[in-house]
Amino acid sequence: MNRVFRVVIACVMLSASAAYAQSDATRQKGNEVFQYWCATCHGRGAGMPGTIALTAKYKGALPGALEDRTDLTPQAVRFVVRNGAAIMPFFRKTEVSDADLDAITEYLVRRSPQPGERANTGR
Amino acid sequence: MVLPPNVSEADFSAALGEFRSAVGADWVFSSDADVALYRDSYSIYWGEPEERVASAAVAPATVEEVQQVVRIANKYRIPLYPISTGRNLTYGGSAPTLRGSLVVDLKRMNRILAVDEKRHFALVEPGVSYFDLYNHIRERNLEVMLDVPDPGWGSPVGNSLDHGVGYTTAPFRDHFGSHCGMEVVTAEGEIIRTGTGAVPNSDNWQDFHYGAGPTIDGLFAQSNFGIVTKMGFWLMPMPEAYLTGTVTVPRYQDFDPLIHEVSYWEDLGLIGMPDYGSPIGGGFFAPPPAALAALMASGWPSIDALERFVGVEARPAWSVRLHFYGPEETVRANWQAAKRRFSGAIPGAAFQDGEFLRLPIPPEQEPTLPDKPRLGIPSLEVFAMVARNPSTANDPADGHADFFAMIPRKASAVWEAARVMFETYREMDTPAPYNPFSTPINYYSRCFIMAAVVPTWRDPARNSRSRELFARIMDRCAERGWGCYRTAPAFQDQLARTYSFNNNALLRFREKLKDSIDPNGILSPGRYGIWPASMRNTRA
Ligand SMILES: Cc1cc2nc3c(=O)[nH]c(=O)nc-3n(C[C@H](O)[C@H](O)[C@H](O)COP(=O)(O)OP(=O)(O)OC[C@H]3O[C@@H](n4cnc5c(N)ncnc54)[C@H](O)[C@@H]3O)c2cc1C
Ligand code: HEC
Repeated sequence: MNRVFRVVIACVMLSASAAYAQSDATRQKGNEVFQYWCATCHGRGAGMPGTIALTAKYKGALPGALEDRTDLTPQAVRFVVRNGAAIMPFFRKTEVSDADLDAITEYLVRRSPQPGERANTGR
Repeated sequence: MVLPPNVSEADFSAALGEFRSAVGADWVFSSDADVALYRDSYSIYWGEPEERVASAAVAPATVEEVQQVVRIANKYRIPLYPISTGRNLTYGGSAPTLRGSLVVDLKRMNRILAVDEKRHFALVEPGVSYFDLYNHIRERNLEVMLDVPDPGWGSPVGNSLDHGVGYTTAPFRDHFGSHCGMEVVTAEGEIIRTGTGAVPNSDNWQDFHYGAGPTIDGLFAQSNFGIVTKMGFWLMPMPEAYLTGTVTVPRYQDFDPLIHEVSYWEDLGLIGMPDYGSPIGGGFFAPPPAALAALMASGWPSIDALERFVGVEARPAWSVRLHFYGPEETVRANWQAAKRRFSGAIPGAAFQDGEFLRLPIPPEQEPTLPDKPRLGIPSLEVFAMVARNPSTANDPADGHADFFAMIPRKASAVWEAARVMFETYREMDTPAPYNPFSTPINYYSRCFIMAAVVPTWRDPARNSRSRELFARIMDRCAERGWGCYRTAPAFQDQLARTYSFNNNALLRFREKLKDSIDPNGILSPGRYGIWPASMRNTRA
């Protein structure tokens, strides 16, 4: 393998893993912010208002817990956090900052198809 | 963009510039999208011209910044509306009373200044939520228990300043009543400390609430006389144990002696908020069972008819669940003694043992625990009562407005209040979730509440019906002599009018204070019906 090529490959790998590490950190932060602001309603398990509501809404066609969804889009998450949904109120920026919202979004769409892949919404 | 009343666009933008220099540009919100986040998502005027929306918001991080905000507001005559955590849903959310006010969002002032596990108090800033305070206590294993309202994302400061309530024993579940010491920025930008906090170098601010002379703390709750920047609260020492037990009584007319006996336990401070129920009537707001609906078909039944109905149904007419907090020996002994006393007072009283829990609850047990607020554990699970569920799957309400009629603690008042509510709903052709077995809530230990929960929507047509119903309930209850304890800005003028004894002497006194304490009328104009002189003619 020629030397230049090897250097190029190494650089690509490095930057890919840096990007990966960065989005890992964002997701980790997203997870934390989600647990603080959202899981109190959207957690898994009994008694969770958001999970109960989404179970009723999709009648079992989609998981009730947001963290188990594979169809969420960044647009939907952003929209709902800043506009609310039925009894879920929207959040002010002193509560969930734009950076927090980016992180939550990354976290919630981590299992959704990437742009270009075909969405499997289960609907 | 909405401007504050009587403020020019040029002045407003100059003021925004000064606010930015005071708190930093990132913490002044003036774009439409950012200001919209201060709307009340449960507003009963959603999307209508009367909706109370802010002109902008500013989020100071320190007391000094709050003082600067107040000074700038005086200079430009900009009405301010302070919020702590701004989660006052059903009572106005984070939206101001006066359209065009500038919201002062104190969420960033979120320091827990003290939690003392020996003298049992906390001192917090406005942005500290119940979740935050709880986490702080648990992480350090401090031996104190909070009293929390149902939603845990509100704050001790914001909740108590709207006279909010919780679930444990009487002194603690009255959140304003259990505060001790405040720091307030006045409308003129001065800092006051109440109680012993006014003694320079005092080390007992959270130990003695009166200080000396007239107390003024009450002026800062449900009002517009200052911006509270710190508040102390008395806490319960972490009890060793929690025990519950249910008492049932057989006859309709056993309700009065039941209430009387519960009040004995309550007023001795031996139980948490009693939980009244009716095995015959179904639960809180449950539709009446078919046989009861049939009995009511020809009007509100007489007591004799109800007594016969109870006899045929052969189920207890009433129940109450009691909650004891304390050392294991005493909670067990108290439940024993309660059984003896209830049996003596009410023939046929029966008992069911409930839970026994050792406190504090180990963290791994918490998630599955029902009734978290009764154990001082903040959560948001109460929203399950109002969120979409299988019965509302296609049409959940977007919010609700609560009306709590304050009624005396006796059976006849409960029955009458249920009937007044029932008839008011019927006048409006609305299904009435009340029947002769409707039960009261007992947040404030000395007074019962007959509650109404009116749905709100992001739909003006439906809201107009909800408004009419809500306003009518308030009037009907007032005609009967029952005030309510709290309401959203949309109904605060109407509420103030129901407290009208002697030609509104109380409101006139408050407004005299308003004029001298806040001469420019910049703090929360109109809150709880208190308007500054310049705006009194705009009263709804
Ligand atoms: C389903 C449901 C259940 C609920 N259950 C309960 C319950 O059990 N108990 C209960 O009490 N409430 C209950 N509420 C009502 C409400 O949500 C809570 O009371 C909540 O704690 C209030 O919001 P907050 O604490 O964020 O106060 P905030 O919204 O911050 O404050 C409330 C108001 O107080 C004034 N204020 C706040 N901070 C200051 C300050 N620093 N200086 C001057 N004035 C200030 C402002 O006028 C503000 O609008 C419930 C609501 C819902 C939707
Ligand atoms: C007070 C409880 C509560 C909190 C807190 C809450 N939600 Fe919700 N959320 C709900 C409810 C209830 C619904 C369903 C509304 C309905 O009935 O359609 C919902 C719906 C949603 C939806 C729409 C899903 C769908 O498929 O329709 C998203 C996305 C969402 N929430 C994200 C969040 C995020 C992110 C947070 C935290 C920043 C959050 N929620 C916090 C109660 C809550």
